[in-house]
Amino acid sequence: MTYSGERILLSNQREGQISRFRKWVFLVVPLLAVLFQAYVPTFFPKLSFLEMPLLVVVYFAIMRRNQISGLTVGALVGLAQDSLSKSPLGMFGIVNTLVGYFAASVGVRIDVEHGFIRLLLGFFFFIFHQFLYWVMTRALLGQDMTFDLARTAVVGLLNAIVGVALFALLDRLRERS
Amino acid sequence: MESLLNRYRNITVLLLVIMAQLVLLAVSAKNPEDVRFIRIWTVTAITPAARVLEGLRGGGNGFLHNYVLLHDTNAENRRLRDEVDKLKMENVFLKNELNTADRAKALQVFQQHTRSKTLAATIIANGAGTNSKVVFVDRGTASGVQRGMAVVTPDGIVGKVIAAYPTASQILLMTDPDFAAGVVTDKGVHGTLKGNGTPQCKVDYVAFEEKVEVGEWVYTSGDDRIFPRGFRVGIVRTVRPGQPFKEILVEPSGNQRGLEDVLIVLEGVHERIPDAPSGMQSVYMAAPPPADETKPEVVAPTTTPGTEADRLRSQYKALGDEQKHQWGENPPGSKPVDLTKLGQSPAPGKNPATSPAGSAGAPASTGAPAAAPKASPAAPSTVAPPKSSPAATPLTNPPAKAAPGAAPSKNPPAVLPATQAPAAAAPPRNPADAGRRMNQSNGAALPEGDQPVSRPAAPAKQPGATPAKQITPLPGGAQH
Repeated sequence: MTYSGERILLSNQREGQISRFRKWVFLVVPLLAVLFQAYVPTFFPKLSFLEMPLLVVVYFAIMRRNQISGLTVGALVGLAQDSLSKSPLGMFGIVNTLVGYFAASVGVRIDVEHGFIRLLLGFFFFIFHQFLYWVMTRALLGQDMTFDLARTAVVGLLNAIVGVALFALLDRLRERS
Repeated sequence: MESLLNRYRNITVLLLVIMAQLVLLAVSAKNPEDVRFIRIWTVTAITPAARVLEGLRGGGNGFLHNYVLLHDTNAENRRLRDEVDKLKMENVFLKNELNTADRAKALQVFQQHTRSKTLAATIIANGAGTNSKVVFVDRGTASGVQRGMAVVTPDGIVGKVIAAYPTASQILLMTDPDFAAGVVTDKGVHGTLKGNGTPQCKVDYVAFEEKVEVGEWVYTSGDDRIFPRGFRVGIVRTVRPGQPFKEILVEPSGNQRGLEDVLIVLEGVHERIPDAPSGMQSVYMAAPPPADETKPEVVAPTTTPGTEADRLRSQYKALGDEQKHQWGENPPGSKPVDLTKLGQSPAPGKNPATSPAGSAGAPASTGAPAAAPKASPAAPSTVAPPKSSPAATPLTNPPAKAAPGAAPSKNPPAVLPATQAPAAAAPPRNPADAGRRMNQSNGAALPEGDQPVSRPAAPAKQPGATPAKQITPLPGGAQH
């Protein structure tokens, strides 16, 4: 796959090639992301701002360019994340499902190989993830939860930067056509 | 259908996955009250729908019964109307019962409070004549009723007994043209109440210069020897000027609650007439003269030339002679008589010891305005006004009654309305008026129960004596 630094929008879906990964990648990478989210902040609290499952979901969704694949990855990762968190089952599942669906929808039309695009997508979907989680917490659970937009934006930027690096790392796990 | 699913496959899968996770969330999560969210959401989702369905069911049911199924409405309507009519009749009956009970209670209370001996009676029939205002009551001679007795209610007089039978009596109502009774207004104006054949009665023989106002209460004066004094008669509704008498119409108050139960006065006791309500200012009135000085004038009339009026007349004459003043003959511009020296110069034929009493103001001030109103500007302020009603004074002013036997120092000054002072100082405009006032004064001084029937027109025939009699103080010391 050749990288074009001049074109961002794809004229048709055929221009964007579907990235393929080995089977274990779909199993191991999300699992590591969830484990990272569950255990790393315990030992390194300063890394608790990282939302690794979200970044993994976004990556697989935009690279697979398939909405069903994206929402499936998002649902599974989210449920796994719910299982290891104190939130009720389904909260992160629903959020990550929607993130995977919309990320796949974006990946169909945008050249997601571009680093800046990846940065923007990482930033945008982190904000979307946090906002959707806040809405569901208030609407479905009836809990009073604050939404600090400034802090969320900063954390989202950091996650986006980390995501660009993570996406470059995960690109190495793609099958070569 | 298949193509539709293929077309929206992605979104369908998304919704299914979301729904599945929502169910999972609802089943797994609980609220702080330990209720699963699936139950909360289900109830929250079902309740509005159930409410809407219940509203639709109730509305439809109501519409069905109120607009569609009306086959028994007419029958129910008739039944309800009959019931309403029945309840109305019961209501009227109960109101009548209540009214009767109220009247009976009022009669009982009135009987307990009045000093007159009364007998309760119930009206059992009306007179047969179309114009006659006559009724029959169920009490007769067997109960002590006699012809001529007064019939009253707690609200006022009703009529009088014109015929007494063993078991019944015939009552002439006060609205009958043949009815008459002596009355007095609450300001002391006497007259004769006459039936008019209408709901209102007229008060006759009230001179045109008398002041009677609409809204005044009229009471029995006791002059007729039928009705004891002080019973309510009615309220003045119409006052028209007339010559020589006013046309006064009174609305009787005795039959305001309807005539069913009345009281027959077996033994009447005169009551006091309530004071006229007024916002007048009170003025100082001097204490009555000492009893030992006024008493000889009464018990020894030989020491004074005639009546009190004659004595005062002689005093004024002596004063005029002393100042070389001819009463009624001096031309305009001549020096008026100095009436301030009236009490200082001893009157002929009068004991000098009475001079201080004369200077106290009563005789000098009452008589002075008739001759020279401007000559004694200070006189009205210390005057005992003659308008202080002779009928009311003995009752409302106890010191006046007790005056003959009491020392002046022990009698506090009586107080009278200020607006009565000008009336006292003003000269009488009409000799007949003055004479009538004198008659009223004398009548009031008589013992209760012995008062004569008022004859308003009679004093007009004695013009010669009226000016002097008007200024005459009562021998008993009553100031008027």
